[in-house]
Amino acid sequence: MTAVSTLTPVLTDTWDKDRSWRLATYERAGGYAGLKKALTMEPAALVQAVKDSGLRGRGGAGFPTGMKWGFLPPPDGGPRYLVVNADESEPGTCKDIPLMLASPQHLIEGVAITSFAIGCDHAFIYVRGEVLHVYRRLLNAVEEAYKAGYLGKNIQGSGFDLDVTVHAGAGAYICGEETALLDSLEGLRGQPRLKPPFPAVAGLYARPTVVNNVESIASVPAIVAKGADWFSSMGTEKSQGHGLFSLSGHVTRPGQYEAPLGITLRELLDLAGGVREGHELKFWTPGGSSTPIFTQEHLDVPLDYESVGAAGSMLGTRALQIFDETVCVVRATTRWTDFYAHESCGKCTPCREGTYWLKQVLHRIENGDGVDNDVELLLDLCDNILGKAFCALGDGAVSPITSSIKLFRDEYQAHIDGHGCPFDPSASALFPYTPKTRTPGALAGAGAGGH
Amino acid sequence: MTATDPVVEPVETKTRYDAETLAGLTADATAIMARYPDPRSGLLPMLHLVQSVEGYVSRDGILFCAEMLGITAAEVSAVATFYTQYKRHPNGTYTVGVCTNTLCAVMGGDAIFDELSEHLGVGHDETTDDGAITLERVECNAACDYAPVVMVNWEFFDNQTPETATALADKLRLGEDVVPTRGAASVCSFKQMSRVLAGFSDGRADEGTSAGEPTLAGLRIARENDWRAPDAAPATEDRAGETITGEPGSSAERQPTTPSDTQVGKDKKPGEDAK
Repeated sequence: MTAVSTLTPVLTDTWDKDRSWRLATYERAGGYAGLKKALTMEPAALVQAVKDSGLRGRGGAGFPTGMKWGFLPPPDGGPRYLVVNADESEPGTCKDIPLMLASPQHLIEGVAITSFAIGCDHAFIYVRGEVLHVYRRLLNAVEEAYKAGYLGKNIQGSGFDLDVTVHAGAGAYICGEETALLDSLEGLRGQPRLKPPFPAVAGLYARPTVVNNVESIASVPAIVAKGADWFSSMGTEKSQGHGLFSLSGHVTRPGQYEAPLGITLRELLDLAGGVREGHELKFWTPGGSSTPIFTQEHLDVPLDYESVGAAGSMLGTRALQIFDETVCVVRATTRWTDFYAHESCGKCTPCREGTYWLKQVLHRIENGDGVDNDVELLLDLCDNILGKAFCALGDGAVSPITSSIKLFRDEYQAHIDGHGCPFDPSASALFPYTPKTRTPGALAGAGAGGH
Repeated sequence: MTATDPVVEPVETKTRYDAETLAGLTADATAIMARYPDPRSGLLPMLHLVQSVEGYVSRDGILFCAEMLGITAAEVSAVATFYTQYKRHPNGTYTVGVCTNTLCAVMGGDAIFDELSEHLGVGHDETTDDGAITLERVECNAACDYAPVVMVNWEFFDNQTPETATALADKLRLGEDVVPTRGAASVCSFKQMSRVLAGFSDGRADEGTSAGEPTLAGLRIARENDWRAPDAAPATEDRAGETITGEPGSSAERQPTTPSDTQVGKDKKPGEDAK
């Protein structure tokens, strides 16, 4: 394996350029070399190259991208679709949105190559509706790519045709689940589908469909241009390549750090100036709120799929949310639970009812009205959701609760025994303020009920 | 796929739009439906479209979508009520959304929401009397490295405090332009925003910045240390003839080693599908 730098800018490499979002900027930096090369190759060789690179889904699940492409059935003359999951909404995850804002052409080139590889002539980018300027940049990027002959009819004289539609969602976390996304794209409520059949067999309009995350697709052009070996020379044996690590929260320099998979939080924190000055790390998420929380004990866990899994969590989206000792873990968990209860789509009972009751019990504890058995009650509720919900949202909802009880059970008990939260909420804020005392329900939704 | 043919001119409409409005909506909705192999896929952008006319999804808006797609009003309502961006009553000119998901909340989002709520005299999903601002608590908007975050008509206002947020709200109520941290040069109205989300460009993509400082944090450090991805060849170098299958013994010959290499969907773990 080649020795590599601590950080390896690939996707981020053009982000500091003037008007980085423009096609001309991207081309000057070598953009579209991957597509030009791809069009001279056999589609099957492209699929093989991505398989060989070891690229695994960057949207959280980590499924091998090339293998996903390879699951499409042989062409039957009917349409096949590529749908890009740009519905980035997992709490803590903030990598695809800045990527599309700064360098949408990375994604568009990846879409063109992937579509050519899987035999798709109409691709869709499903972006969440709550990022207006990102949607503008995507629309503009597609328009520029059409004008330059990277999309449309007879692309670069190859005979390959491709249309790309950028589709804005309308506010629903569940649409990040790939089958809910497909239902939403078909103009329905975004609710997950039973699998199998998997989208590869019956996806959009019941046709063979590949659904990939933004960062996965944006990683394809460089793999094609520079080779599978180049990509797999970064990272670990089973978690290859570069990835965006998003540091947020109580860290001196939050932001995007593009590094080979396998870097540790300790290394990343060193680069980011450490935890907020005068404070220490209390807990963190390795890959968004749906991944069990970690503590200081896990600072040296290599951030790759296998190591994070072996340590009891998941790499997820590499959304590293850092919380220092001022943060009440019950408050943090309660708020995440509000989120899951709000975003539960309602299709299945364990998740719909379970998240509702989790929220009631957690609020009771946080407000000082908890009773002795409440921690057991929470664990029992979680047990009735985990593995019993229709999709992974339910499983994600219990992750912060079960993991925080495991690591900080005393803190839950302190809320119950002390009839309230022992923490000063203002201590965790970035500015001084005096918390307002309010009558619950005085303003509609002013409390967590707004979720 | 059984594609319903778009009805370009509803022969009979139950909506109460005037003729000009209806003609405009019909032309736009027809353009939306043409983007998709199945016109029904156009429903989400069409709901954004009707919001761009009335500032919310009205009874007429629902009927219009139903008539265009040849489906029932109940089917349209079922979709409209599922998504939080569709408003069921007239929205203010500006939606001011304060992220109160965990990370923003603990870093100050809760304080910002409380301050704004008191300052404006409205709670979540309520609109000020002057119709300027609808205040919302919003979920994670993928800008955690800029916490605490406030969104105005879904443009980013990063690193907010109670003081900056109330000053922002005051300007909005006075009708003054406000400038997003990462976004267009000014914030458009809720109706204009809804039209863009329906897929009609307003030509403002070239406004604003590429990235804020946190977005570039890692890149700056890499530049300082001259860290690069391996084999960072000059962009002009012709690599077209290079093999992509790798040298003997490279990872190109890697055998499946983990269950996820060989099993479809069996590697799913809790939470992974949710994003």
